Amino acid sequence: MLILRCPNCGIDADETELAPGGEAHLRRVGPEASDDAFEGYLFHRENPRGVHFERWRHAAGCGKWFHAARCTQTLEVFGTYSAQVTDPPQDIRDAITARRPGWRWRDIE
Amino acid sequence: MKRYSAFAIAREALRGHIGWERAWRSPEPKAQYDVVIVGAGGHGLATAYYLGKNFGITNVAVLEKGWLGGGNTGRNTTIIRSNYLQDPSAAIYEKARSLYETLSQELNYNIMFSPRGVLMLAQTEHEVRGYRRTAHANSLQGVKTEFVSPDRVKELCPIISLEGPRYPVLGALWQARAGTARHDAVAWGYARACSDMGMDIIQKCEVTGIRTEGGKVSGVTTTRGDIGCGKLGIVVAGHSGVVAEMAGFRLPIESVALQALVSEPIKPCMDVVVMANTVHGYMSQSDKGEMVIGGGADGFNNYTQRGSFHHVEETVRALVETFPIISRLKMLRQWGGIVDMTGDRSPIISKTPVENCFINCGWGTGGFKAIPGSGWAMAELMAKGASPLADGFEMHRFREGRFVDESVAAGVAH
Repeated sequence: MLILRCPNCGIDADETELAPGGEAHLRRVGPEASDDAFEGYLFHRENPRGVHFERWRHAAGCGKWFHAARCTQTLEVFGTYSAQVTDPPQDIRDAITARRPGWRWRDIE
Repeated sequence: MKRYSAFAIAREALRGHIGWERAWRSPEPKAQYDVVIVGAGGHGLATAYYLGKNFGITNVAVLEKGWLGGGNTGRNTTIIRSNYLQDPSAAIYEKARSLYETLSQELNYNIMFSPRGVLMLAQTEHEVRGYRRTAHANSLQGVKTEFVSPDRVKELCPIISLEGPRYPVLGALWQARAGTARHDAVAWGYARACSDMGMDIIQKCEVTGIRTEGGKVSGVTTTRGDIGCGKLGIVVAGHSGVVAEMAGFRLPIESVALQALVSEPIKPCMDVVVMANTVHGYMSQSDKGEMVIGGGADGFNNYTQRGSFHHVEETVRALVETFPIISRLKMLRQWGGIVDMTGDRSPIISKTPVENCFINCGWGTGGFKAIPGSGWAMAELMAKGASPLADGFEMHRFREGRFVDESVAAGVAH
């Protein structure tokens, strides 16, 4: 059972309380974007075996969205953080580096 | 290859079973092959088999990082059916189903194909309309299905409860020629036939990189050394994204865990397969008497071959409503497999941006039923550069908006 701490209400929520929201930090491409960029935005989700960033919603709790950093290979959770940011904060990156030196996700490392 | 037969069994019984030979060889990898297939699951082995059988290409290696058929081929609920809504899907799944019918004879290996029939329950008005539509589509596609009444459902499957408190059975889509098969035997039978044609099946050989020269594939690096190849087929299901990244392109795929479970064995009580898509559950009875149960996939990316317990609970809770008889059954085993989900829940059988590199993936939660058809199409695509059965399943369909949208047609468990 996956357990994530909701950064909004501070509760350790188990999976049955949470709704997965897919890849984190998506950036919508503009109207002048190329077809390649648009295809990437719409369909090419990150699908790493390892460090991954996701959006989750505390659906059966406070109802608010947040971000989680997780390992898809071991189900280890590195941390959760606010939904109000466009990149993972430094403390989350440091927590991941401590466990997975040399990690990389998209252009974030 | 010594053929299996009643005579062979009698002969070996009389001389202490000393004459059985290994079903397939385990050779050391050669330096170069015409074709290398990554992934010795059902789809990879079927691809190799039809390359040899239909196109005479036998200088082939099938590489497997674990053991043969140890991934999703050995982890599914063995359902075979072809009652799909969209034309490209119906074509390839019906091809697979029809190949399954004679596969035991063709491979000289008993895959225990059991055309016992599949019922897909309609438990909401929406599903009734949906399955009626599918039945009409199937008759145009040449796939024999019919929409049947609740009384007929009860006749076909007496243990079902039609008046479920939440979801009464309002009818069902019935495909009489659908059924189940022994999943391991499918992989083993293809492997034996491939090995007999001189192909090398190399287990415990993980691909760690893909070599290209001038945009063309030239070989793979593996845990057992470099292997050169003229053409490369990537058929690795859940890990497709990881292998595609080695080749330098991206796939519209996310990998999630899908679980199944079996109960303790009980006396025969159900001789059809029943799928209940509204409540995310499907069930059949194996020849050993176990009730084989499958449910919905997890909603988040996962490579661990373990799923979440609450999905098992949801599935069983839903099925107990429809099958009150199973409420006291003990569950024996539960397991998970990593399935590769595309946005439209249809597979990808396609050329890739790397020349001579082909990919067959995205079968998601429903790959087992497609194994022979998928191998047939993939082999044709790799040998000739195009295959009518693979038309519509190109990886560029997402970019061009030409979905084969079975996610709308089936929703779940397809």
